[in-house]
Amino acid sequence: MTETMTGAQAVVRSLEELGITDIFGLPGGAILPTYDPLMDSGKIRHVLVRHEQGAGHAAEGYASATGKLGVCIATSGPGATNLVTPIADAHMDSVPLLAITGQVNSHAIGTDAFQEADIVGITMPITKHSFLVTNAQEIPAVISAAVELATSGRPGPVLVDITKDAQNQKIEFSWPPKRDILPGYKPVTHPHGRQVEAAAELILNSEKPMLYVGGGVIRAEAHKELARLAEITGAPVTTTLMARGAFPDTHQQHLGMPGMHGTVPAVTGLQKADLLITLGARFDDRVTGEVSSFAPGAKVIHVDIDPAEIGKVRHADVPIVGDAKVVIAMLNAELEKRLAGEKPDYSAWWQFIDGLKTRYPLGYEEQKEGILAPQWVIKRIGEMTGTEGVFAAGVGQHQMWSAQFIDYDRPNSWLNSGGAGTMGYSVPAAMGAKVGEPDRDVWAIDGDGCFQMTNQELATCVINNIPIKVAIINNSSLGMVRQWQTLFYNSRYSNTDLHTGTDTQMVPDFVKLADSYGCLSIRATNEKEAEEAIKLALETNDRPVVIDFIVGRDAMVWPMVPAGVSNDAVQYARDARPVWEGDE
Amino acid sequence: MTKHLLSLLVEDKPGLLTRVAGLFARRGYNIQSLAVGTSEIEGLSRITVVVAVEGHPLEQITKQLNKLVNVVKIVELEEENSISRDHMMVKVKTEANNRSQVLEAVNLFRARVVDVVSDSVVIEVTGDSAKCQAFLRVLEPFGIKELVQSGAIAIGRGSKSMSDRIK
Repeated sequence: MTETMTGAQAVVRSLEELGITDIFGLPGGAILPTYDPLMDSGKIRHVLVRHEQGAGHAAEGYASATGKLGVCIATSGPGATNLVTPIADAHMDSVPLLAITGQVNSHAIGTDAFQEADIVGITMPITKHSFLVTNAQEIPAVISAAVELATSGRPGPVLVDITKDAQNQKIEFSWPPKRDILPGYKPVTHPHGRQVEAAAELILNSEKPMLYVGGGVIRAEAHKELARLAEITGAPVTTTLMARGAFPDTHQQHLGMPGMHGTVPAVTGLQKADLLITLGARFDDRVTGEVSSFAPGAKVIHVDIDPAEIGKVRHADVPIVGDAKVVIAMLNAELEKRLAGEKPDYSAWWQFIDGLKTRYPLGYEEQKEGILAPQWVIKRIGEMTGTEGVFAAGVGQHQMWSAQFIDYDRPNSWLNSGGAGTMGYSVPAAMGAKVGEPDRDVWAIDGDGCFQMTNQELATCVINNIPIKVAIINNSSLGMVRQWQTLFYNSRYSNTDLHTGTDTQMVPDFVKLADSYGCLSIRATNEKEAEEAIKLALETNDRPVVIDFIVGRDAMVWPMVPAGVSNDAVQYARDARPVWEGDE
Repeated sequence: MTKHLLSLLVEDKPGLLTRVAGLFARRGYNIQSLAVGTSEIEGLSRITVVVAVEGHPLEQITKQLNKLVNVVKIVELEEENSISRDHMMVKVKTEANNRSQVLEAVNLFRARVVDVVSDSVVIEVTGDSAKCQAFLRVLEPFGIKELVQSGAIAIGRGSKSMSDRIK
C-alpha cells in the first residue's frame, strides 16, 4: 500500500514511523515546506528555539539524558551553519544526533543562491555521515538510514540536507522503505571470545589494576555490567568526565575523575597501575597529560566499539572491539568461571590507594568571610537535588567543580560538553533534557560567560513550559581562562573580566534579564541566601528558575596537572605536590 | 618516510572523493597520488591511493577510512604481491639533430610517440613508477616542456579479486 504525499510530508511521516516524538528547530525559507505538515503531526512535538545552536544543543541534551536519538531542524545557509557547533560537539562526545536542514532548490545549488551554503561539505569532518537529498523518492530511505547510523555502533551526528524542490515533489510513500543496505557500514558489537579470555588472564595476573571507564560505558548502557565487574575484581575505578555517573560516586572503589582536574588517587592510581582495564575511553589528552609518561608501567586492555580508537594514542596489549555492554558481560562470565567464587587479592594496591584517599581527598579552600565559594554552591545544589536530578554544565571552572563536587549515582544524570568544550552548551542542553525527562529536576549549572552565549533559550523554556533551573556561578569573569592567567601569565588578566558581579557595572544584571524572560529570578550572595534560593528553585515547577550566585572570583580548580606535562606532576593545590610513600 | 599503496572499493556517491581526500588531510597524512575509476561492480568505484606515512601508523588511516560509510573495503597492496602502473604523457623539445636520440629512448622504454611537430614530440609511457621516473631522467636533458601523470593504479596478483565476498 502506498500513499501519495509530498517529500515534506514524507519527512514528517518517516520521523513518526521511526518513533521520534520531539524535535528542536527554527524554520526558514528552504525548510518551510516541511514545517507545514509538521504543524499537523499529532505524534511529534516541535520546540521552537530562538537560535539554531540552541536547537542542536537541546537535541544533544535530550539524547544524553534519555539515551534516545536527538533531532534538530533548521533552514539552509546560516540556519544550517548555526548547527555546526552542536554537530561538532555531538561528534566529539558520540551523541546520537539527527540534523535535518533545508537546502535551496536543486537547480540553484552551486549558484551562490540566497541562503545557500554547502552544509554537507562544511560538516563532512564532523559528522558520522551526511546526505544531500535532491529526489523526494529517497527521503524515507535516507531518513531511516540516517537514524540507524546515528544510533548504532559508536553513536554520532548525521546530517540530512533536503532541497526545497525535493520537499515539494510528490511521491508514493510506503513504510518501511526499501533502502540500499549500507554496504560499508558494519559495526562490530560482538568481540572475539579469545580476546576476552586474554583480558581475563591479564586481570588475574595483575597486582595493580585500574578500571579506566569512559563515556562509551554510558552510551552502551553498560553500567550494570560495570558494577558487576567492579564487584568481581574488587579493582579501583575511575570515571572520566564523559563517564561521570557510570559508577556510583559513593562506592568505596570509586576514586573519582582522572585527568587534568582529576583526584589525586585517580591520577596517581593510573600512573602507578600495572594494568588499565579501559572501557569505552579514548586516552584523551586531558586524561593522559604527556602521553609518553602516562601510566608507564601499565599493560592495557582497550575495549571500544570504534576500532580506530584502539591504538590511536596508546598501544593496547589486549585490543577488544565490541559493544561495552556485551564485552563486559562476557568478561564477567569468564572471570567468574576462573575465579570460582574467589576474589583477586589486591590488598597491597588498595593500601597504597587508600593512603592517597586519606591524605588527598577532594576539597577546596574557603573564600574570605562573607564571600560564597563556588564549590560549596555546586555541592549544595547536588546534595539538595539528589541523585535523581539531571545536571548540565557549561564549560570552564564551574564544569569541573560540577564534575568534582556533585555525587553522581546513575548514568545520564551528568551532561556536558567534554570533547569539544563548547561554552553555551548548558542552558539549551538542560532544556532538551527537561523535554526528554519532564519528571526530573534538571539543572543548568552555568558560568557567567557561558550563560551569555545561549541564554535566549530561556524564552523557549518559558513559552513552552520547560521549567529548568539555572545556576549561574557568577565570578564576573571567564574563570578558567583567568585561572590560567593567574598560574601561567603572571596574573595578567587579558580580556577575562566580564563585569557581571557585585561591585561592577553588572552588565547584564542577570536577575533583571531572567525576570524579563518570565523566569523566577533570585540573587544569592551568601550561604543562607543560596540555600533558600536552591530550596525555592526545587519547589518551583511552573516556570524556569535562574539563580545568580555571586561567588568569589579567585577560587581555582584543584587538583591540576598543567597542560602537556606528566601526570606525575599533579598538584593537589597551588604549589603543593603530593608526597608519595612506599614505592617512591 | 614509507610509501604505501592502498586500494579502496567505495560506493559511487556524490562527494565521495572529498570525504576520502579530506580525511587524509585532517588526520595529517600526505597523498602522493590518487586514481579513481569504476570497478567491476556497478555502483562501486575503485580508488588507488599512494600515501606517504611519516610519524603516524598506516593502521590509523585505514581504520579511519573504514569508518567512512561509503567505503566498502580497503586493502593494502604489497609490492611483491601486486602490479602497479603509472601512466604519463610528456612533451619533449626536439630538434633535427637530437630527434633520433629521443626516439631511441622511446624504444628502449617501450614508450610511444603520439604526436609530432617540428620542434617537439608528445610521448606516452606506462609502467611502474620507477620506470616512469627513469624515463623522465633520460628525457630531461632534451627539455621537458610539459608533463602529465595519472596516479598509480594497482591490482593484486593471482586469481583472487578485491570484490570477492562483496555481493
